[in-house]
Amino acid sequence: MSASEVATIRLVSIGKRYAGTSALDDVSLEIKAGCVHALVGANGAGKSTLGKVIGGVVRPDDGEMYVDGRPVKYTTPRDARDDGIATIAQELALAPAMSVLENVFLGIEPRRAGFVAKREMRKQYAELISRSGFDLDRDATVGSLRTADQQKVEILRAVNSDARIIIMDEPTSSLTSVETAALHKMTRALRDQGKTIVYVSHFLDEVLDLCDTVTVMRNGHHVRTALADEETETTLVAGMFGSAVEAEQFEKPPPSTAAPMLEVEGLRRGDVLHDISLTVREGEIVGLAGLVGSGRTELARAIAGADPIDAGTIRIGGQQRRIRNPADAIRAGIAFLTEERKHDGLFMDLSLAANTTMADVPAVSARGILRLGAERSRSRRLLDSVNVDPPIPGMRASSLSGGNQQKVLFARWLFGHPKVLILDEPTRGVDVGARAAIHRLISDLAKDGAAVLMISSEIEEVLGLAHRVLVMRRGAITREFPADPPLSEVMEAVFGLAGGQA
Amino acid sequence: MTVQPPSAAPDDAPAEVVAVTGPTSMFDRRVRSGRRLKAEHIRDYGIVVFFAAIFIYFSFASPVFLTSGNLLNIVYLNATIAIPAFAVTLTIIAGNFSLSLGAIFTLAEVLGAWAAVQWGVWWFFPVSIFSGAVMGFVDGLIVTKLRVNAFLATLATGLAYTGLALAASGGFNIIPTKGANIFTFIGQHSVSGIQYPDFIVLFVAIVLQLVLAYTVFGRHLYGVGGNRDAARLSGLKVDRIVILTFIIAGAACGIAGMIDASTTSQGSATNVLGTNLALLAIAGVALGGTSIFGGIGSVWRTVVGVFMLGMITNGFDLLGVAEYWQDVVRGALIVGAVAVGSMIERR
Repeated sequence: MSASEVATIRLVSIGKRYAGTSALDDVSLEIKAGCVHALVGANGAGKSTLGKVIGGVVRPDDGEMYVDGRPVKYTTPRDARDDGIATIAQELALAPAMSVLENVFLGIEPRRAGFVAKREMRKQYAELISRSGFDLDRDATVGSLRTADQQKVEILRAVNSDARIIIMDEPTSSLTSVETAALHKMTRALRDQGKTIVYVSHFLDEVLDLCDTVTVMRNGHHVRTALADEETETTLVAGMFGSAVEAEQFEKPPPSTAAPMLEVEGLRRGDVLHDISLTVREGEIVGLAGLVGSGRTELARAIAGADPIDAGTIRIGGQQRRIRNPADAIRAGIAFLTEERKHDGLFMDLSLAANTTMADVPAVSARGILRLGAERSRSRRLLDSVNVDPPIPGMRASSLSGGNQQKVLFARWLFGHPKVLILDEPTRGVDVGARAAIHRLISDLAKDGAAVLMISSEIEEVLGLAHRVLVMRRGAITREFPADPPLSEVMEAVFGLAGGQA
Repeated sequence: MTVQPPSAAPDDAPAEVVAVTGPTSMFDRRVRSGRRLKAEHIRDYGIVVFFAAIFIYFSFASPVFLTSGNLLNIVYLNATIAIPAFAVTLTIIAGNFSLSLGAIFTLAEVLGAWAAVQWGVWWFFPVSIFSGAVMGFVDGLIVTKLRVNAFLATLATGLAYTGLALAASGGFNIIPTKGANIFTFIGQHSVSGIQYPDFIVLFVAIVLQLVLAYTVFGRHLYGVGGNRDAARLSGLKVDRIVILTFIIAGAACGIAGMIDASTTSQGSATNVLGTNLALLAIAGVALGGTSIFGGIGSVWRTVVGVFMLGMITNGFDLLGVAEYWQDVVRGALIVGAVAVGSMIERR
């Protein structure tokens, strides 16, 4: 415990809103100099946003921030860096075409007579490497490195800069346990040199092991800040989810005893998916819980043919199907709603009609010619059935709200009457009303016989809808729960606490 | 999802005349519903108003401009730019680009004339069109399978095709003498005062516009150009669709090469148009309002764009404005049109 009593960062009533929902609400907080300060919380609790506010990546809507007692208003990460605050972001900001060495020293190259002192730079790098315990070829091109290694370059760069305050946003999400240990060792060494580290993470064991103080966030609010010694994983989880958390209950169709519709066996993909096997029955909703980066999305993409797999078989309705691309998956009866509707879901400049029929245009055409009247009436009915407002087939997708856009995506996949629905974050960025409507829709689809595999970061949502819950951790399914499991147990499995096997 | 047989669905409403197809369909519902004029409408239809304004201006300023002879002449003179421009509109909507149009045009013209001399005059037509399609296919393969950026890929193949055209012709113009009347038929004859190339321009424009607006393939083009990842996840065969657009553009350049050879009675590897064609065609596409980033656009827009440029040349010639000033005006026009479009887009 080397935390001094001096607050190096003081936040007063910080607020940040995105499209009407608040990501941070009236957050006041002090971070003391020379300590490792953790920010923990569930996905969407605001911990990353708070880290970004401190690092100048996100500009708050309300509140003040003081660094060493001085009021500051950062508009760019550059401003924060000039003030001695460096950020190691989840989204990497490196120059991919340059070498590791050049990236680590970018902007702070040792110079001699105006030229970069290469030898000096290499010497400093060797020291840095021995101190960090990372094994990185200094001449490798950063763009050719694995994500984990790129992450290390980011860390080295922040450490190498003369920053007094370093913000680490999920720094270990792509590191191995050995590398994590090395990072922690280095983090402690930095603290002992008097630097302040803000450590954003959802790995509670790491947080308790490494940090001096912990701030718990929930739904954009600051729950409490306490010494790490006074917390346990259980108290943190309770703080993150509230003591009286009740899973919102959705109307559920009766648990299915029907034949398996989707069977996945021995699915592997590189080091992101390890030997995954699962079954979803006709009419059954299976929830897939796990942290971001646990392999949830990768599993969904693999089943939907979006990413290639190394091994494994997929059976639909008892029949083995070879799925090498999304077209194969669609033909097999699999519909996949992506997590990022703007990035790889919707056609923003096209009409709603075109958006709903894109996965099966031949169904509204004859001999290659579109039957626009038929398309319009079918699209109109689909948009009505998922309650898109307004349900005008001629409207451009970009002119709808987020919730309505999500419903349009549903409409696209309902158009083909899929046997298997894979939903990745079906209610992300959607307002409360639309959420309820989407939940009802999912429930109805299962009643009609679809096998649904639903991924959601909101565990309450998973528990409320699913007949069974699978928990993923580090690329593997680690636990399975029957309907309506206690939230705390699922949380513990998700975070890999004692109960879980990770 | 299974691909359903294209049988008539029971719910099939009688096909309505109102077509909501691409995002920029002329019959877009929002426009029809008579809501107030929005910035979007200026971007979408402003170019048509502008075209009409210039047209009316020239009609008053020059006594010759508004005669059927002159207007048909504009079409005739721009046929070899217009046809490739219409076709490359599809390539661009699908999110790609081509700089090899002029080179394909030149090599197709040379090969067509060569075939006419070597194998007989009737070979002229299929060889020029087919060779153009093959060159487009090569471009498409390089862009999709080798994953070379379309800009660079077609810059490179353009160089190669131009080189091949010089090699094949040996630097001489190839002049078919046997069957010359057939060779020059398309380029130098007319029916009731209308030159044959005018018919080809009209035909190609209509066919491609219909393909784009009313076929499964056309819809897929908007999908691929609008959001490539989403298109793939929707089960579209993205590579195949992209290659097809290059083949169509190549074939169109072959047709243009055929018209040019027929008009000039020879196949030439050193035609000036060959060096400028790609840029002129793309200028017409962009001026019409098709997004060069893909996903948005129409063939009718390119019709407006290409003939606006052609009309300005013609009108200024009639008014005796010097050629270099014409170029300045054309350049300013393209910048202006594209800037207005992106300014409105950003709001």
